[in-house]
Amino acid sequence: MKLSLTEEQEMLRKTARDFLADKCPRAFVRQMEESEKGYSRELWQEMAELGWIGLAFPERYGGGGMSFLDLAVLLEEMGRACLPGPFFSAVVLGGLPILDVGSEEQKQEYLPRLIHGERRFTLALTEPGYHNYDASSVTVEAVPDDGRYVIKGTKLFVPDAHIADYVLCVARRKPENGIAIFVADARSPQINCTLLKSIGGDKLCEVIFDHVPVPEAGILGQPGQDWSVVQKMIERAAVAKCCETVGNIQRVLEMTVDYAKERKQFDRPIGSFQVLQHYCADMATDVDGARFIAYQAAWMLSKGLPCTKEVAMAKVWMGEASRRVMDLAHQIHGAIGVSMEHELHFHTRRAKAAELAFGDASFYREAVAREMGL
Amino acid sequence: MDFGFTEEQNKFRQEVRSFLQDEIQKGLWEPTCDAWIQGFDPAFTKRVAEKGWIGLIWPEEYGGQGRSHVDRLILTEELLRYGAPAACHWFADRQVGGAILSFGSEELKKEFLPRIAQGEAYFGLGMSEPGAGSDLASLRTKAVEDGDYYVINGQKTWTSCAYFAHYFDVYARTDPEAAKHRGISEFIVDARSPGLSRIPMTDITGTEAWSDLFFDNVRVHKKYLIGEKNRGFYQVLHQLDHERSGMERIMGNYPLFEAIVQFSKEHKLSCDPNVRSKLAQLRIEFEVGRLLGYRVTCVMEEGRTPNWESAMSKAYSTEFEKRLANVAMEILGPYGQLMPGSRLVPLRGMAPHSYLGSKGYSLQAGTTEILKNILAARGLGLPGS
Repeated sequence: MKLSLTEEQEMLRKTARDFLADKCPRAFVRQMEESEKGYSRELWQEMAELGWIGLAFPERYGGGGMSFLDLAVLLEEMGRACLPGPFFSAVVLGGLPILDVGSEEQKQEYLPRLIHGERRFTLALTEPGYHNYDASSVTVEAVPDDGRYVIKGTKLFVPDAHIADYVLCVARRKPENGIAIFVADARSPQINCTLLKSIGGDKLCEVIFDHVPVPEAGILGQPGQDWSVVQKMIERAAVAKCCETVGNIQRVLEMTVDYAKERKQFDRPIGSFQVLQHYCADMATDVDGARFIAYQAAWMLSKGLPCTKEVAMAKVWMGEASRRVMDLAHQIHGAIGVSMEHELHFHTRRAKAAELAFGDASFYREAVAREMGL
Repeated sequence: MDFGFTEEQNKFRQEVRSFLQDEIQKGLWEPTCDAWIQGFDPAFTKRVAEKGWIGLIWPEEYGGQGRSHVDRLILTEELLRYGAPAACHWFADRQVGGAILSFGSEELKKEFLPRIAQGEAYFGLGMSEPGAGSDLASLRTKAVEDGDYYVINGQKTWTSCAYFAHYFDVYARTDPEAAKHRGISEFIVDARSPGLSRIPMTDITGTEAWSDLFFDNVRVHKKYLIGEKNRGFYQVLHQLDHERSGMERIMGNYPLFEAIVQFSKEHKLSCDPNVRSKLAQLRIEFEVGRLLGYRVTCVMEEGRTPNWESAMSKAYSTEFEKRLANVAMEILGPYGQLMPGSRLVPLRGMAPHSYLGSKGYSLQAGTTEILKNILAARGLGLPGS
């Protein structure tokens, strides 16, 4: 039972924090939000060279051979900095599923290119109208046609699909009706990507698969997959998002406390008023609770321990805790906090997006109830 | 980062569980909520002492086992989980022994620690007074020097475990001229001292776990001064950090939590989406409380005294307990109002008992408001008013 980082993790954290403080100031975040691509190729290449993209991948693919827990530390710093770009989608939604499920050939084909910064991936999972993350929500079809498959249907809220090289599409393989994950070339003319305008300023897309051809070899791993494989991807994405959000709200807490110490009204720092002190105390409790419950799930995942309940608990807590933290941060900041000139809104909007990604509190609360045997 | 336990630690947890399960099966006692402060069972305390489980972290030379804070965490977590009647030795084990160890003379350590560890010396706390609660420094009980003795006059209230205690850890004013927090000293007072009388108080749950203590020229030998004269206030702050450091407030009502989940399953109430949602939410909030409590133990394991960390943990957990009791009462409907011993009472009356008790948890050992002040000032560095 040790709740502090190892020396190595501390070093990673510090390096990441310093690098991002330099390369990802708020002006850059704003610029990327306003641009269509939403990321900088130069920064992407630099992160590849730092070994960040390949951090949690085995050395034989060019990776750093570090654990998911180490990746979580890095993701936290990215959340703190509100780092824009496809790191999360390429690594967590693309690379790690390929590592999990892909054949050795597929891993050799895709992972080194990802790790060197040459190719980006994303995962197309959610479909219109459905608010569930279970097998029944998959209706996009992959129909056999002349020795290959043809994918038909619409996926929503696919992050960075418009700049991805490959889209991993979770679809129903006909005629068997089983679940399969197809690696589709994002440049196919039959793929239609439309950028959605989302609260988080992240680049979520509607992706229409209009008879997209995928060769037999484009099925990730085995053709007949259990939903549990996809569930694992979702759980990992949920935990990763939680750890990223820990960084977000930790920064919000610090920013808010600093402001409360600086800002004077009635001839004294507003942080000397008891109500605001208690607000900050509540924020700190939410942030620390979030940190421990998120990292507990990340630790279990990195140890390969079954953690469906712990992931679900973390995701529920994160969504609600981050909302409470943001509300209090805004109260304490006063008017300046609702100005687009200030930086608080970056955090607010990202926290909301994170709350909704990969399943919200209602979904995961029910998962906890199931795990409790209720 | 490591959220797991070693094989040895897991074995210890299993050992404690087996011991407690065995005792329950033999009908020696029944699991109850808050048994750590309301469950007085000298025979149980003796059996726990025989296992070496009182003073677990104290040095062996004083009768302890010299074990780690994590081991004590495991032990206390299980004692609480099973609602074991550990009240006789709890305060001595949790904090007074530690106070003697931190500040007491060698003579005091040798006189008390081994006997506490053997389950033979029970302690109650003499802190609060009718006029001094959150503002403990304003206490008025006086201790005046008279030769080799101090003579104590005054009144303590909400004295925990007073009925059973052999000794009290008493804070009294020894320098009325000094600033209020600089003139307080800490004493061990024998409960049988002439001039010391106890009147039990009944709290809102109907339990007599506290008393009023009246000091009428009670004579205490100077050797029973703990630490330095007039340093008592700083010593009590240290002790309070430890009082708040345990898992009591997240585990104290675990028997109710387990019981209401079980009840919901058995009566098919858990098919109701509302009930599912509320119980799942409790489980999540419990997990956060558990981890905040574990963090406090990690701080102690690193050799530091947790102050804002304990404050955070206790403030959070007592609010959790209110929600736990509320949810349990909601699920039980009108049956939830039946008190222990009533005909038709579900869950042995734990729900209304906890509901009422929870009104006090967020007050004792530091009100939530004071704790948030501590968290703000010492944890976040926010300026005082």
